[in-house]
Amino acid sequence: MNWLRSIFMPEVQGWQYARDVDDIYMFITWVSAVLYAIITVGVCYFAWKYRRRRDNIETPDITHNTMLEIVWTVIPSIPLVVMYFWGFSTYMHARIAPADALEIKVIAKKWAWDFTYPNGMTFGQEMHVPVGRPVKLVMISQDVLHDFFLPDFRTKVDIVPNRYSTVWFQAEEPGEHVVFCAEYCGLQHSDMLAKVVVDTEEQYQQWLEQKAEEAMNMPLPELGKLLYASKGCNTCHSTDGSRIQGPSFQGIWGKTHNFTDGTSAVVNEDYVRESLLTPAAKVVQGYDPVMPSFQGLLREREIQALAEYIKSLQ
Amino acid sequence: MAEVLTHTTQATASHPEELNYLNENRGLKSWLFTVDHKRIGVMYFWTIMLMFFIGGVLALVLRTELLTPKQTIVDAATYNQLFTLHGAIMTFMVLVPLIPATLGNFAMPIMLGAKDVAFPRLNLASYYVYVCGAIMAVSAILGGGLDTGWTFYTPYSSTTGGGVSVMTMAAFVLGFSSILTGVNFIATIHKLRAPGMTWYNMPLFIWGMYATSVIQVLATPVIGITMVLLLMERLFQIGIFDANLGGDPVLFQHFFWFYSHPVVYIMILPGMAIISEVIPTFSQKPIFGYKPIAWSSVGIAVVGFLVWGHHMFVSGQSEFAAAVFSFITFLVAIPSGVKIWNWMATMYRGSISLKAPMLYAISFLLLFGIGGLTGLFLGTLAVDVHLHDTYFVVAHFHYVMMGGTLIAFFAGVHYWWPKMFGRMYNETWAAIACLLVFLGFNGTFLPQFILGSRGMPRRYYNYLDQFQFLHVSSTIGSYVLGVGLIMMAVVLIAPLMRKRYDAPSNPWGGASLEWTVSSPAPTHNFHHDPVVTHGPYDYKAARAAEKAGSHA
Repeated sequence: MNWLRSIFMPEVQGWQYARDVDDIYMFITWVSAVLYAIITVGVCYFAWKYRRRRDNIETPDITHNTMLEIVWTVIPSIPLVVMYFWGFSTYMHARIAPADALEIKVIAKKWAWDFTYPNGMTFGQEMHVPVGRPVKLVMISQDVLHDFFLPDFRTKVDIVPNRYSTVWFQAEEPGEHVVFCAEYCGLQHSDMLAKVVVDTEEQYQQWLEQKAEEAMNMPLPELGKLLYASKGCNTCHSTDGSRIQGPSFQGIWGKTHNFTDGTSAVVNEDYVRESLLTPAAKVVQGYDPVMPSFQGLLREREIQALAEYIKSLQ
Repeated sequence: MAEVLTHTTQATASHPEELNYLNENRGLKSWLFTVDHKRIGVMYFWTIMLMFFIGGVLALVLRTELLTPKQTIVDAATYNQLFTLHGAIMTFMVLVPLIPATLGNFAMPIMLGAKDVAFPRLNLASYYVYVCGAIMAVSAILGGGLDTGWTFYTPYSSTTGGGVSVMTMAAFVLGFSSILTGVNFIATIHKLRAPGMTWYNMPLFIWGMYATSVIQVLATPVIGITMVLLLMERLFQIGIFDANLGGDPVLFQHFFWFYSHPVVYIMILPGMAIISEVIPTFSQKPIFGYKPIAWSSVGIAVVGFLVWGHHMFVSGQSEFAAAVFSFITFLVAIPSGVKIWNWMATMYRGSISLKAPMLYAISFLLLFGIGGLTGLFLGTLAVDVHLHDTYFVVAHFHYVMMGGTLIAFFAGVHYWWPKMFGRMYNETWAAIACLLVFLGFNGTFLPQFILGSRGMPRRYYNYLDQFQFLHVSSTIGSYVLGVGLIMMAVVLIAPLMRKRYDAPSNPWGGASLEWTVSSPAPTHNFHHDPVVTHGPYDYKAARAAEKAGSHA
């Protein structure tokens, strides 16, 4: 019955947990289908068979039958007990990550993701993981509730401020998988997506090295452009002058910005730095103070790179 | 044989000069200051239907927006406000008061053999409290709106602007209306039963109202307190839920669902109660298993308080808590499911008349069946982790809330319509409207089960292209549903234009007390104190009594 499963669920990626979830899902589907068939056929058959004809308004005096009540309570309860224990034990197996898991720290914020690797490097919106190795995510939110939802791996957990939540998964084949934020978090909630890229162990190591090198040697405007996408700046700031959540970056360098508190300032290195680290200090007129702080999340070189990138957008 | 039954009662209906609760007092003032439970029920009915219309229009706008990814007709900010308002209006202003305040208020005292509820003035007060709450909610919308979702999850709701404060106060006030109705009903059921109306002689509708009232009285204060705490946090920055102030955002979810799960039973128990009246009457056969149905309502009401944590399986609550909540959830599923067998067994060897109320009751069995069975997926821990906060959940609770509560309400409205307004509606058109509602409803929500299983999260303005086909199917279904509902409204309202009251007192052959009085009901319900001589489902005795009465 794989065709039925493939209608309902996204393709599984070989991970045993995801297969187990699908097995339970299909078990419940079949139990439900049988019970529902009994209800539908029974109701429709009775409605037709015992439809009122002239002069048959007399009906038998059937008021109860204790034996029947016990039977139809106990028998459907048996598959329910199976569902409960199967669901519970599968859930427990997926709670505790194996000790050798690759641990990635995740910060969620309106409306972007940060993934920090053991070597200290941070990437936004895209996470690379090696095939065949368990990956454990230790996650925290910087503002409101978010939720890490990876449907291809049947896994999900809320991300809460002031408290760590963890989740783990293991990819068995190379490929790409979408991550949704599944807990409503405001305006751009439905755009708070990320990607899990599954590499072979070799590709994964290459990717790590390449990224480290890029970060060190790349010209600043190019690094800024990379950060603009990976840190999620692009969720709220366009580079073509169009308005999203925040002001566009196009052609603002050297111009004067007016702020909601009546003051104004020229867009220069200092202003960009302040806007990144304490965004609420100066809010451009006509916009809401919704930007999260990047304090502690950007190195000096990265801040400079973003400023250089904005400068290049004339 | 309905013809034969109605024939005997035509006599009472053909006295045009007979006074009833609708025409004995006239003028706006006689309505606004009435303490008659029937008039209060009717005022509630039109007010709630207005709110339902608003909530329904919002739903159609939402579905239209979802025809395409990104913008179709409204922007993201508006979309987020629209789904918040749709949810808040439909739960707090429609589903919670829906059946108790309208049909319960109208029919329950007559079914008990009482002249009115125990506290008629309190009853009127609860209506005006409801109106105040509704006005506050509407002013929250007009005064800037809010986009937290109807669940008001913190810390989003303690930090966003707009009308959150006013809306939380509106929920607080609406809660009071609910509590007042509950208190009133409990007192009425205990103290105002007619001679001979023992507990086990009460129609199951009354048992349902009783169980519902108990939950209303016990659970509603919790949401009231929660809303006040949220308001305090927004106004005075006391740290209860906001992590930045040292609070715990997950605590809010515990408080919220401690009320909002029992509230599901405030919505569905009255629906089941209506079905327990309609199916026996239209089968002319006693309800199968009276006592199990009666006590399962009470049992569900009690156990329903212990399952709130199943809304929080992925919130970070402990594994132990999740395991216990999952178990109790399965426990409460069993009595709800067993009732379906009882209703089916009632139909077995009955004399089934497929009039509009029965058609809606059958729709209820088929739709609520899906709602209940898909609940099994969500009660199962490992599967819920995947399905949580997806369209699967959206589809599931619409099958329970709309396929269950609202469809049962429609069955009840068609059932008691002659008693409320004294006119019969067109059966053929009523059946066509019922079919459209049934098809449209399934068209809207069946695709959403697949959407959710495939990973489409709820409350998404934008979505991946792969989901578009199912979204479009769902939207088309919602248009059919909308047409069906409008047709139903026309079918019901059109006969009210007729001057003459032409409904017989007992059009369906019912055996409970409300069918012994004329249609529309007399102002004081009964001309003489009724004495209960037969059970609420003893159709043979009811027919005999009616025959004897008409001969006399």
